[in-house]
Amino acid sequence: MTPSHRLDATFAALADPTRRAILARLADGEASVNELARPFSMTQPAVSKHLKVLERAGLVSRGRDAQRRPRRLVARPLAEATGWLERYRRIWEGNFLRLDGLLVEIKAARTRTKRNPGKGESR
Amino acid sequence: MNTPNALQVSAPGDREIVMTRVFDAPRHLVFEAFSKPELLKRWLLGPPGWEMVVCQVANKIGDSWRYEWRHTDGRQFGTGGVCRELVPNARVVFTENMDGYPSESVVTTTFTEQDGKTTVTMTQSFPSREIRDMVLKSGQDRGVAMSYDRLAELLKGHARAANPPL
Repeated sequence: MTPSHRLDATFAALADPTRRAILARLADGEASVNELARPFSMTQPAVSKHLKVLERAGLVSRGRDAQRRPRRLVARPLAEATGWLERYRRIWEGNFLRLDGLLVEIKAARTRTKRNPGKGESR
Repeated sequence: MNTPNALQVSAPGDREIVMTRVFDAPRHLVFEAFSKPELLKRWLLGPPGWEMVVCQVANKIGDSWRYEWRHTDGRQFGTGGVCRELVPNARVVFTENMDGYPSESVVTTTFTEQDGKTTVTMTQSFPSREIRDMVLKSGQDRGVAMSYDRLAELLKGHARAANPPL
C-alpha cells in the first residue's frame, strides 16, 4: 500500500465509533474476539467484521496463540494519521498565533482612537 | 501545551476537517480580521517564507474570492471560490477550489462570542475521503518544509552553543 492508501484505510477504519472503542480496549492489551465482543454486547461475527476492517488498515494484528487468536493493537498507522493532522494543525496554529498578535494591536489602536479622537488610527 | 485558547483540529467522519480556535477579542474584530484584505495579509501566511500577494475577498453572496501566496524561493500557491452565505460577524459559507486539486470543498466558518472571547469554527467538507486525505497530506508537505526551517534555526543556535572558545 502507498502511504496515501494506507492513510485512507486508517481514516476509514477510525470513522466508526465501535472500531475506535475496540482500539481503545486493545490499547490496554491483547484480547480474543470473545473478550472483545463482551463489553460491546455484539455478536462474534459482528466484532469479527470490525476486526477485519482494522486488520486491513494495519491497525490490528493477530497474536501467536492458535487457540485464542488474540488481537493486538499496531500503533504505527495510528501515529501516522495523527502525525498528518498534527502537522496540519501546526500550520494553522502559526497563522492563528499571528492573528492573536494582530487582534491585540487592533484593540489597542481602537482604544487609543476612542481616547484621542482625531489622533492614532487614520481611517 | 494545553492553553484554553489552543487550536483543535480533527478529521471526523470521512470527508471533513474541523478546526476550532478561541480568540481573546470580540467577534466583530475577529470577523474583520477574517474579511479585510489588509488584515488577512498580515496573518494568513502559513509557514515562514510565504507572502500573500493576492487577497480578493467576497463582500456579498455570489461574489468570488481569490487568495494567492508566493514563497521567497519562487513557489506559488493559490485558492479561491464563491461566497454562498454571508452573515456579518456570525457565519460565512464559501466554496473553495485549491490550485492543483481536482475538486471543490465547502468551508463553513462560524463566529460565536462569550465573555468577550470569540470561538471560530471552520468546517471544511470535501467531496470524498480521498480528497480530504490528500489535503491533509499537502499540509504535511508544507509542514515538513516549515519544520526544516525550524531545524535549521535550531542547528544554528546549537552550533554556536556547541563551539565554546578553546
